Order: sequence, then C-alpha cells, then structure tokens
Amino acid sequence: MSKKMHIKLNVNGKDEEFLAEPRELLIYTLRERLNITGPHIGCDTSHCGACTVTINGKSVKSCTMFAAQADGAEITTIEGIGGADELHPLQTAFKEHHGLQCGFCTPGMITRATKLLEENPDPTEEEIRFGMAGNICRCTGYQNIVKSIRAAAAEMNAAKEAAE
Amino acid sequence: MKDDVTSREERVENLKGMGCSRKRVEDARFTQGKGNYVDDVKLDGMLFGDFVRSPYAHARITSIDTAAALKVPGVLAVLTAADLEPLGLHWMPTLAGDKQMVLADGKVLFQGQEVAFVVAEDRYAAADGIEAVDVVYEELPVLVNPFEALNSDVVLREDLVAEDGSLPDGAHGPRKHHNHIFTWEAGDKAPTEEVIANADIVAEEEMYYHRTHPCPLETCGSVASMDKVNGKLTLWGTFQAPHAIRTIVSLISGLEEHNIRVISPDIGGGFGNKVGAYPGYVCSVVASIVTGKPVKWIEDRMDNLMTTAFARDYWMKGRISATKEGKITGLHCHVTADHGGFDACADPTKFPAGFMNICTGSYDIPTAFLEVDGVYTNKAPGGVSYRCSFRVTEAVYFIERMIEVLAIKLNMDAAELRRINFIRKDQFPYTAALGWEYDSGDYHTAWDKALKTVDYDGLRAEQAQRVEDFKAGKTRKLMGIGLSFFTEIVGAGPVKNCDILGLGMFDSCEIRIHPTGSAIARLGTISQGQGHATTFAQILASEIGLPADSITIEEGDTDTAPYGLGTYGSRSTPVAGAATAMAGRKIRAKAQMIAAYLLEVHDDDVTFDVDRFVVKGAPERFKTMKEIAFAAYNQAIPGLEPGLEAVSYYDPPNMTYPFGAYVCVMDIDVDTGVPEIRRFYALDDCGTRINPMIIEGQVHGGLTEALAVALGQEIAYDDMGNCKTGTLMDFFLPTAWEVPNYETDYTVTPSPHHPIGAKGVGESPHVGGVPCFSNAVQDAFRAFGNTHTNMPHDHWRIWKTANELGLHG
Repeated sequence: MSKKMHIKLNVNGKDEEFLAEPRELLIYTLRERLNITGPHIGCDTSHCGACTVTINGKSVKSCTMFAAQADGAEITTIEGIGGADELHPLQTAFKEHHGLQCGFCTPGMITRATKLLEENPDPTEEEIRFGMAGNICRCTGYQNIVKSIRAAAAEMNAAKEAAE
Repeated sequence: MKDDVTSREERVENLKGMGCSRKRVEDARFTQGKGNYVDDVKLDGMLFGDFVRSPYAHARITSIDTAAALKVPGVLAVLTAADLEPLGLHWMPTLAGDKQMVLADGKVLFQGQEVAFVVAEDRYAAADGIEAVDVVYEELPVLVNPFEALNSDVVLREDLVAEDGSLPDGAHGPRKHHNHIFTWEAGDKAPTEEVIANADIVAEEEMYYHRTHPCPLETCGSVASMDKVNGKLTLWGTFQAPHAIRTIVSLISGLEEHNIRVISPDIGGGFGNKVGAYPGYVCSVVASIVTGKPVKWIEDRMDNLMTTAFARDYWMKGRISATKEGKITGLHCHVTADHGGFDACADPTKFPAGFMNICTGSYDIPTAFLEVDGVYTNKAPGGVSYRCSFRVTEAVYFIERMIEVLAIKLNMDAAELRRINFIRKDQFPYTAALGWEYDSGDYHTAWDKALKTVDYDGLRAEQAQRVEDFKAGKTRKLMGIGLSFFTEIVGAGPVKNCDILGLGMFDSCEIRIHPTGSAIARLGTISQGQGHATTFAQILASEIGLPADSITIEEGDTDTAPYGLGTYGSRSTPVAGAATAMAGRKIRAKAQMIAAYLLEVHDDDVTFDVDRFVVKGAPERFKTMKEIAFAAYNQAIPGLEPGLEAVSYYDPPNMTYPFGAYVCVMDIDVDTGVPEIRRFYALDDCGTRINPMIIEGQVHGGLTEALAVALGQEIAYDDMGNCKTGTLMDFFLPTAWEVPNYETDYTVTPSPHHPIGAKGVGESPHVGGVPCFSNAVQDAFRAFGNTHTNMPHDHWRIWKTANELGLHG
C-alpha cells in the first residue's frame, strides 16, 4: 500500500482535512469518508455523470478523479445547492416539470445544470441538449429535463431582471 | 347543518385524485440529493464483499488458492463453493425452475461468472484481495451460438445429464439434447401448417432480436446484516420484489421467514434488472452470517452488464399467410431462445417463454402456432423482461415485422394491412388463437387518430418524392416511415395461471386512516421511479375522499408492507392499484355506516360524494370523511369495531391489454448511416388515466429505451465468449443529444374488469417503440428491395444495408 497523502478540501463551504491513499477516488472520499451521498456512482468510466460535482467552478465527474488531484479545491455537490428552506430554481423546476423519475441521475444532472446556466444563462434547446450530454438519464427520455432547465433559466433571468 | 362554502369542483380539486397531473411527492428528496439508495446504506462495522470473476466463458476450475488473499491487509474472509456447500448454498434455485451456481462449483459457464467472494473492510481492500486469489482454469470449448450448441457434443451442464448419459426432464418437460432446456408450444400445429400450405400468399422471415440489457443507472447491490443476538437477518437491496426475495432467502437459507426483514430502499431504475435473485445477494447474506457483521455488495457497471439480467436474445422464424386481399389467415412462429449458462429467466413459472404467445398481436388471426426452444450457451444467464411484460417486446417486434414483410409481399400499404386485420371493437372480449382473452380495445379509432394526426398520406407522398429525388441524384437522404400498433399483455396476474416459484401473483394494499383524517397505505409493490407515492395516493383520494396530500404511501419493507409480488411487467397499477381501490372501498363501506349513525339515518340513506357522505335528498346534511375518521376513533358505535383500517389482497380475474399506435418519421443519410428522427408520435391507450404527467413521463422514457435498443444497444460476444460490451463506452445509452422530442396522445378504453379501469403504461412505449424505430429504418430502404435487416440499426449496420442495396453507386 502506498504512503497516505495529506489532503485538504473545501466541500460545500466546509473545510475537510484527512489522510488518504493516493488511489482513493474523489467519489469515495465524498460518499464514504464525508458521508455526502448525493453524488452517485453509475458507470465508473465517466460516461453517465451521476457523480458530477463542481470543482473550482468546473463540472467534473468525481468517479474518475483522485481525491489527491483535488487537493486544495473548492467542491460543490448537490448538498451545497439550495436547501429545504430555499430550493434552487432548478430543483423547483425539475419537480414542476417532471424532470426526474428514479432520482438516481438527478443530483448530477442538477449540479451540471447549475454550471450550464452560469456559463449560458439563456440556452436554446439545442445548447441544453449538448451541454447536458455528459449526464445520462435512463428514465425520462430527457424531454422534461430540457423543459425543466429552460423553465429554471427563465425563472432565474426574470429574478435577475427584477433585481436590477 | 353546516356552512360549506366550498364548491363541489373545489372539493374535487382539493383531493388531487385520479386524473390530475399531481406533482410528485418523491421529488423533494431526490432533487436535494436526499435519496436513500442501497449504496447509501451505512452500518457500524460494515464490510464490503466483491467477486473474483471468471475471465473465461467455459472452463473447468482446477484449484482455487485463497491463502495469499487472506494475508492482504483488510481482507477478512474469502468464500468459495466449497465453503457454501455444507450450507447447501453453493447453488440456488432460479425463477425459471433451473438452478444456478452461487459460486463456481468445479467449472464456469460464462465470462464474469462468480468464482469466489472476498470480504474485506472496504472496497479497496476487497479489490486487493481479489487480485491475490489464485484460480487455475482449464479452458473448455466455448458455445456462443444456440444453433451450434444444439448440435455440439460439448456438454455445458453436466449436472443435468444422468450418469448413464440419459437426459432427465427439465422443469418444463422433455429435453432434446444435452444443451436443450425446454420446448414450449402454444396453439394448434397441424391446422396452422394446413392453412399456411393452402394460402394465397405466404411471407416468411427470419429475424434475430439481439441480446441487450436493462442497464438501470443504479447497478444491483445488497447489504445483509445478521444480528446474532436476536437471530434476525435484515437485507437491504435492489429488489423489484422484496417479499419474494424474503421467501426465497428463507427457503434457501433455512432461516424462518419471520426472522428475515427485506427492505428495498429507493431504487435507481429497475427495468427488469432487479427482479431476479443474484449470487451477490446470497453471498452478502452468507458473509454476514459468517463474519457476524453487516456486509455490502455493490456491482460495478461491468459486473452489471456482463453478469446480471440480460434481455431478449431470441432467434425468431416466422411464416404468415393471407388472402390476396390481405386478410391474414395463419401465423407460425418458431423461436430459438438463448438463455446462457443457466435458465434464470424471470417469468411466471408456467411460462418458460413468458407471454411470447401474445405474438398474434392486435390482429384477428384465426389460426396460429408458436414453438419456443430454450438453449444453454456460454453466455450470462438472465432473460429478464427489460421494460416489458414477459417476452412481450419480442412478441410485438415479431408480429410488427411480419406485418411489414407481408405488406411487401402483397405490395400493399402497411397501415392499410394493419387496419383490415385489426380485432374489431365489437369482438372484445376476444380470445386469440394462442389462448389469451383480450379484455378490451378499440384499435381502429386509435389507428385512425394516429394516421390523421401525422398526415400519413402526406408523409407517404413526401416519401415517394424523396425516392424520386434520390434516384435523380438530388438528395442523399432517404425517408422512412415507421409504423407500429401494439397490444401488450400486462398485470400478471391471475393466481390460477401465474405464479413465481409457487407464489401466486396477487398483490396487496393495507390502509390505516388516522383519527385526524390523514392516512398511510402500504403496498406489496416497490417504485423504481414510477412515482407510486404520488399515484397510489391519487387512487385512494378518489376512493376514500381524503386529500392525496394527506396520504402517505409506503412500500418496500417486508416487516410492515402486506405480502405482494412486486413491481415489473407493468403489474403495479393493474394489480396493486386494484388492491388499493378495493381496500379503499372497504374503508368507504365502513365510513358509510359511521356516517349513517352520526346522521341518524339508515345506511342506505347516505351516499358518497367526493369527500363526504350526504343524506339522500338533503345535501345540506353530511359528514365529511375527516369527521368520519375522527368518529371512528372516539365514538362507541353499536355493532361496529373502533378504528378505520382495511386490507385487500387482489387476485385479478384477467390480465390487462394496453395498446397503442406509434409513428416515427426518420431521415437516413445513406453515406454515413446516420438516422435522424424527425418526428415521433405516440398514442397510448392505458385505460383510465391516473396522472397524465406521469404517463407522459413514462412514455418519453420508454421510447428512449426503445430507441436505444433499436438503434444501437446490444450485449455482444466474440467467438471465445468474451463480452465485448461491458462498459458504457461500448454499450449504447442515449444522451440528450441523440434523443428527439416526442408527441404524446391518447385514447381511453377502460379495462372492464379492473376496479378503476386502469391498464398500466410504463412498458407500452418500449414494447411499441422498438418495432416502430426499426420499421422506420427498414421502410426507408423498402423502395430499394429491403425486406428485413436485424437490429440494432447502428450507423455501421445502416450504412452496410445501403451498401448492400447498391446505394453507394
């Protein structure tokens, strides 16, 4: 076994510090070590996107990244997006437009969508479909996911306009 | 007399009962990452178990040395068949009447087969342990083709050959060859042959419905926790049928059933993958008993695709006869079914080929015969119903392709050929030539609505023009119009003909009304994304007059839920939904007596109205269900027990027969083989519609899984039995980029025997979608002489079809 590494992370605003083997994948750090079970494991090969988190402002599939590679990073998971008292507009929109069924892909899907809307606040359907192509859903056929993201974008843009 | 300012419409609306697009109660948890799937279960001291798997498809095991593995830090135990044998657990019964090795007993029959189970402190230590187990294999000849298997001297299953070399009967009768599992027949052989021999027109086709996999996003897994102090085993897992799993665990482990608690937590999609019992479940239980600690087993994606629950793999040979005018007179179907190394099909016990005998489809075919031969090969076991009732996808694909092939032979429009052969509305209930009694249908109405909506004649004119343009060199894209009209058979099913391992396929619902007018209902089913917590509450709201928002639906815990056979084959709404309605009606019957007592009238003098009982002829005198609920707990009512609870076990009198009409319009680039879906129209008739939003969602999802299967998804093997499609790199799951928008539509033909007239819908779009996509591809090439090409129609195969037809110049 290799020598353990000293790793520091900031996950959902909270500092974490621990020793881990170099081979520890970030998804296991989150799920097993930190009990952050929103991100899921669907494929192990970075195809399905169920493990998507945001690392230093970028959407990353945490099943194919070592915790050591994320040393010093700021990480946001679904647990850091919205909350029971104030849901993120995407969380509301996914419920409102039936953008989920079994819910397994949903944390990764919404986490990715937050970044998509940051990068492109008013995406076309085509841009949504392309921008979400790294996240697989087996239940919905995507039609209502696209609808949910468009609705959330409209909601967020309206709120921004109202604030200006 | 009371002031009641709420209008009847408002009261109906407040209930959020059947027919409204109620938003899902499940979503709050899932959108916030608060789902609780099996891999989220974490217990003190929990260990992790994983398998040493065979790299070979067929080999004898000479030795297994676990000594080095046991020295790996963190590894606690390594189980092999030798360890399980004293417990009688090295083999387990399959749902199909066969048996399957839990851990390799002297040989392996497919690549990825479970050979040893390494139990360690965590996943990484387990992986290290797996590397250190030394297994010596002696390779044996590999059979991956069922036709070769039936002609080979190589014996795959020595355990099924007697010492004198004779073949004992299998679970489904005599066997013809040592690699043969069963022959299953339906219909009349001689009359069918006669009709076909004397027919004006006979169309023949051979088609291979390729092997694929349900591949839910969450793989299979379990957590077993044996509490040695109180003797209780708790088993969490990805179980589509938790009660059946409890009974099976009891039967094979010897633990008394009351000492076993099975819990299906949230399930991340099932699609048939999670119906069966897998070696991983058994090994987690044994490992927990051996170590005295909780043991978790979770498949990785490769394990999932390569070992648990393939679907399809049917080689189908059809003959269909008709008059010159196109009236179908007879149908003959032979299937060679590749079941892999063990027959682990998840079908009702008496149906080794599932409901393949629905293969006469939506048509009035007077004479038919079906014969299915099951065969062992060196492939993974399974044969599950991937988003369909048992083998119904295969049946519908078969008939919807045969219709197209017959249309070509008759030089007739395929839509018209369907129309003149549909079972007419006045023929229902209709007994088909292969035995099923279709409960209801109105096919002509649905078909006409579909064709009119898509402007079918206009599409055909456009297609004809396209062919001209193509021939004139003006375009390189062909246009395909895919049609399908399907009838499903779902809701298994009547206990008289459907059971799994002797367990009748009824289902159940238990309701408890609380004093303050809210309720909990528990069912024998388990949602995997279908939204049961939302829709079953809607059924109850309409039946008992309490708001759906005041009703909790709970499933999946065998210590609390009534016994049921689970969720698959679109059986939840037809069976458990019926139980829910019936239990609700028992509540209502008692509520009526309470209301009459409170209103001081005779029981017959009150009538139910939305959320209350009112005195007939005096609508101002009423008791709401909320008031009645309270009275049930605080009044001593003569002749009535206190409380307001009910349970119903529902044994359906028949299956339900949802149907639908689908049209797909596709452009195909003959130079790249890339199909572009321009339009997809899906009309579904699932009887009474409980929640239109959820129905639409089910249709979108089922169509997308159909698109995947038709256009690229397959489990493929090379000649050595190596699985070539073990990761999502090779196994096609469509992304948002490949999937079109779908148009949904409906007609409503309620089931006459179901308490609320519902038929089930979750699988219809998959069943009807696969032939629709496939027919679109094939139709694009019809003008150039194509009759049939096998799925999956990936870009390469479509290009190849174009090439073979000489379209590349």
